[in-house]
Amino acid sequence: MSFISMFDVLGPNMVGPSSSHTAGACSIALIARKMLGEPVRQVEFTLYGSFAKTYRGHGTDRALLGGIMGFSTDDERIPEAYTLADAQGITCHFSYNHTETEVHPNTVDIQLTGTQGHAFSLRGESIGGGKIRISRINGIAVDFSGDYNTLIVVHKDRIGMAAHITRCLSEGMVNIAFMRLFREAKGDKAYSIVEFDGALSEDVQQKIKEKQDVYQVMVIRI
Amino acid sequence: MIFYFLAGEAQRYMTFQLCEETLIGRELTAAPATSAYQYYVLKALVKMQVLQIRNTKNLSYKEKNKMDFKNAAELLTLCEKENCPISEIMKRRECDLAETAMEEVEARMRKALAIMRKSSSEPLTSPRRSMGGLLGGEAQLVERHRHEGKSICGNVLSRAVAYAMGVLEVNGSMGLIVAAPTAGSSGVVPGVFLALQKEHGCSDEELLAALYNSSAVGFLAMRNASVAGAVGGCQAEVGVASAMAASGAVELMGGTPAQCLDAASTALMNLLGLVCDPVGGLVEYPCQYRNAIGVANALTAAELALSGVKQLIPFDEMLAAMYHVGRRLAPEFKETAMGGCATTPTGCAACKKRG
Repeated sequence: MSFISMFDVLGPNMVGPSSSHTAGACSIALIARKMLGEPVRQVEFTLYGSFAKTYRGHGTDRALLGGIMGFSTDDERIPEAYTLADAQGITCHFSYNHTETEVHPNTVDIQLTGTQGHAFSLRGESIGGGKIRISRINGIAVDFSGDYNTLIVVHKDRIGMAAHITRCLSEGMVNIAFMRLFREAKGDKAYSIVEFDGALSEDVQQKIKEKQDVYQVMVIRI
Repeated sequence: MIFYFLAGEAQRYMTFQLCEETLIGRELTAAPATSAYQYYVLKALVKMQVLQIRNTKNLSYKEKNKMDFKNAAELLTLCEKENCPISEIMKRRECDLAETAMEEVEARMRKALAIMRKSSSEPLTSPRRSMGGLLGGEAQLVERHRHEGKSICGNVLSRAVAYAMGVLEVNGSMGLIVAAPTAGSSGVVPGVFLALQKEHGCSDEELLAALYNSSAVGFLAMRNASVAGAVGGCQAEVGVASAMAASGAVELMGGTPAQCLDAASTALMNLLGLVCDPVGGLVEYPCQYRNAIGVANALTAAELALSGVKQLIPFDEMLAAMYHVGRRLAPEFKETAMGGCATTPTGCAACKKRG
């Protein structure tokens, strides 16, 4: 059982009205923003289930937009997200999927393009009390919580990649909390997702990146 | 660093102790080229530095978990053994298990208290309309009523109700609140504690202790049951919030740990079976009114416990009962807006009007 802090009970500090529909939505979008690593130029949200049904009264749309601009759940600018996004020149579009039922009821797909032209998509689920789960990156099924600092390495699915990553982390004195691998298909693109304690230096990040067949390294700092 | 001042055997012993602790429950991945011993020493040094930065004691695995508890019975035993209130156990547990310095825990809780204070008092003077349009101005009405000397509940309860309803108003209008334990039940805990502070002149330090205390009760509910309306109905949200507030109030007013947990059990008992039936699926109505009753229920339960009235059923069993009832509640009554208030003709009409 994972540790429950007193601040999981008295918290999160959040802009209302709903921990799942507002705070959770904001957290998912904030992770997307951190993964992109550059300001957002264009974003498309697809809301499913209860998100699609009650987004307006819960401010889910504004929370998502706020997260995309780097706001955390207790940022009191969230209600003004539309105006602020406009001012930053962010184009946003929302669509609502009422037919898909094979997803968690509070699911959102986020398609992002950054100011430098980087693009990717992510699916997040708000699983209650502000807790979230990222369940897809670029269409590939993944699973991580965003509770820890997270390293995401996109690489070719081949022998030695996990060893390379763990070696770099171990030499950089980074303690691994959880680690999981996901892949499109054998020998195809794969995602190594490492949730870790403490900090991860630029050097370690660079060292991981240097190896052949590593396509991309992303770090989410909470 | 202290480490350098230790010599010979002591240093070696300490190194191994640290290594042991570092390695517990962890898989060693890809050992570096250096010898194992060097590696351990290095890792131990880093760990020690980290521990020093965090200003926590160097605890062994067993010591680290000393303040942890799985249920209310264990919590009570700990209180007796350590001869301290629930708040103290919970605070030490946080420091040890989250490896957080005492000052940081206090600072975070102080911040939560500041948010609670602001969100409960602002609506009394400047009401806000909620996103769904179902709330706005209720807290101010209750406060005005009290001011005019017309309250039939007395100052503590009247204030607590106004505060609790105010927090829900702020929450419903996308204002900043502290989920306690959820957004929909965020008014109960601040309502009770802040009203007691006003009327009984408690210090902020005492209020912080009440918050630690209440978080222990909420933690048990999260660990052994659920605090989600979608899982257990409103009894899991306002019911648990009320139990948290009752327990904290007892400690705040000088009760014993056993009395705290008796009050928590009573508060939870009296809201058993409460359904979650938000009109329009929004955290507005009946949530705000339910927070008001959560406050009244908490204060009543605390009053009973402080008077020496014993609770028959221990908190652990009451929590299990609540969870069982919650699991057996039909889906219509668990946040789906398909039953209860949500499907009354007037409830439905209010939704339609809102659009």
